[in-house]
Amino acid sequence: MRKLLGRIGFGLSVLVLISPAILVFLWMLSLSMKTELDNTAFPPVFIPNPVTWSNYAEVFSRNDFFLYAWNSVVVSFSATGIALLLGVPAGYGIAKMRAIRLAGLILIARITPGLSYLIPLFLLFQWLGLTGTLWPIIITHLVITLPIVVWVMISFFEGLPAELEEAALVDGATIWQAFRHVAMPLARPGITVACILSFIFSWNNFIFAVVLAGRETRTLPVAVNNMLTFEQISWGPLSAAALLVTAPVLILTLLAQKQIVAGLTAGGVKGA
Amino acid sequence: MTSRRNYARRYVWFVVPAAFAVVATILFPWLFTIYVSAFDWRLGGAREWVGFANYTKLFTDERFGWAMLRTLIYTAMAVVFPLILGLAAALVFNQKFPLRGLARTVFILPMMATPVAVALVWTMMFHPQLGVLNWLLAQVGIPPSMWVYSPDTVIPTLVVVEVWHWTPLVMLLILGGLASLPGDPYEAAKIDGATPLQCFWHITLPLLAPYIVVALIIRTIDALKAFDTIYVITQGGPGSASETINIFLYLQAFAFYNVGYASAVVVVFFAIILALAALLMWTRQRVRV
Repeated sequence: MRKLLGRIGFGLSVLVLISPAILVFLWMLSLSMKTELDNTAFPPVFIPNPVTWSNYAEVFSRNDFFLYAWNSVVVSFSATGIALLLGVPAGYGIAKMRAIRLAGLILIARITPGLSYLIPLFLLFQWLGLTGTLWPIIITHLVITLPIVVWVMISFFEGLPAELEEAALVDGATIWQAFRHVAMPLARPGITVACILSFIFSWNNFIFAVVLAGRETRTLPVAVNNMLTFEQISWGPLSAAALLVTAPVLILTLLAQKQIVAGLTAGGVKGA
Repeated sequence: MTSRRNYARRYVWFVVPAAFAVVATILFPWLFTIYVSAFDWRLGGAREWVGFANYTKLFTDERFGWAMLRTLIYTAMAVVFPLILGLAAALVFNQKFPLRGLARTVFILPMMATPVAVALVWTMMFHPQLGVLNWLLAQVGIPPSMWVYSPDTVIPTLVVVEVWHWTPLVMLLILGGLASLPGDPYEAAKIDGATPLQCFWHITLPLLAPYIVVALIIRTIDALKAFDTIYVITQGGPGSASETINIFLYLQAFAFYNVGYASAVVVVFFAIILALAALLMWTRQRVRV
């Protein structure tokens, strides 16, 4: 009997722990599927009845939603791709050289508030005439993605056994070949982790684009925030847009939770 | 020693491209910020060398002082609550129970979600007349709150969002620690007849200390950096009741175009963060030994 009570208590505590997360996302979903009348009703209407898709239709039909979605895709993929290109070899080099100080420098990038990069980079981009393109946003996102990739890759390469590469070197391979054909295939799980995390934190980033983006170069988080500023209470479309922005990331988290947990606990990394 | 050096040096070229990017996007901004902070520099306007005038202005600027104080209060709350809740959650998720993987994934969803998107939903929930939160309070007999619409409650309310958002990260970091705990001390304690609470207090907590300190460091830095949700939900308002350093900084630089003054704020703020991080790292080393 006591055991049963303990079990029920434990089950309840799990429920208490996860309900704030579930309820906020469910409320978001509910708001996005109700009419404006139901959304502003008091007491609140919880279950959408009738269910309406007009909020989503409204988001798609105006606000250049597809342009901003495309911008977000281009920025996140480019920032992740460039970070992998630069960061995977760098993580390998740092792990091989045991360059702890260099790793420390990258850690400092992790603790700097994103805003502190923006003033100088803003002036620089103006001077280079890059404003109005996506480049400033991609380049600033490297501030987030590159440290994530380097940090995750260092811990993965350090965990690999050195014997295989040494055997390749003895057989006459160059260090580049040893990296390319021996270490990198072994580190593929690490690259996946780095790729997922850097994509998510680039996709979620708001601070760089809110300052650097022009009308045509907004990313989704900035575009959605602008909806709030200009239309005070139109909760349905706003929730629909917010849900569309965060849905890719939530789905990715559900699909790749193992990799994400491994990567986050490895370095305790997170975006700016 | 020499051969080991030479061996290491061959790998320098792996790091050079990334180092170049780090210099361009991270090191250059720091140096340039220090340079800009010595000017009365208007965005798109005149600039004039003023030396340390921006820094002296900072120490007499009451608005900056209040922003600093608010940031410290916000940070203190946004560190303590996630640490306590995160520790509790980690203890729960360390047990075996059905659907644990799914429950843990759901629990970490808030930290992966797009901050702007969740901030918008919270804004709607905080609405004093139409928001769902005041309705929920009414159901349990608590009078309605003004949430982010009153200067008295805005900071604690923003902390609620921060706690919701970042407790999962603390949970993950401490869960990693729990997974690596040795089993022997518990067996010995069990034989000696220790209660579960005694086990937790005398074995688990001391062994977890290094992980808790790491979580503390990360949480402190992230709380100091908090910008997105505050900016989206209140933009520093009502009045300037939730204007933290980051919001102050943003307004100075990109609303008032005082980039020189804002750069001085960056330098001071960054020095504080660095000092705090160094202090916490030092604590961490002490805890390890």
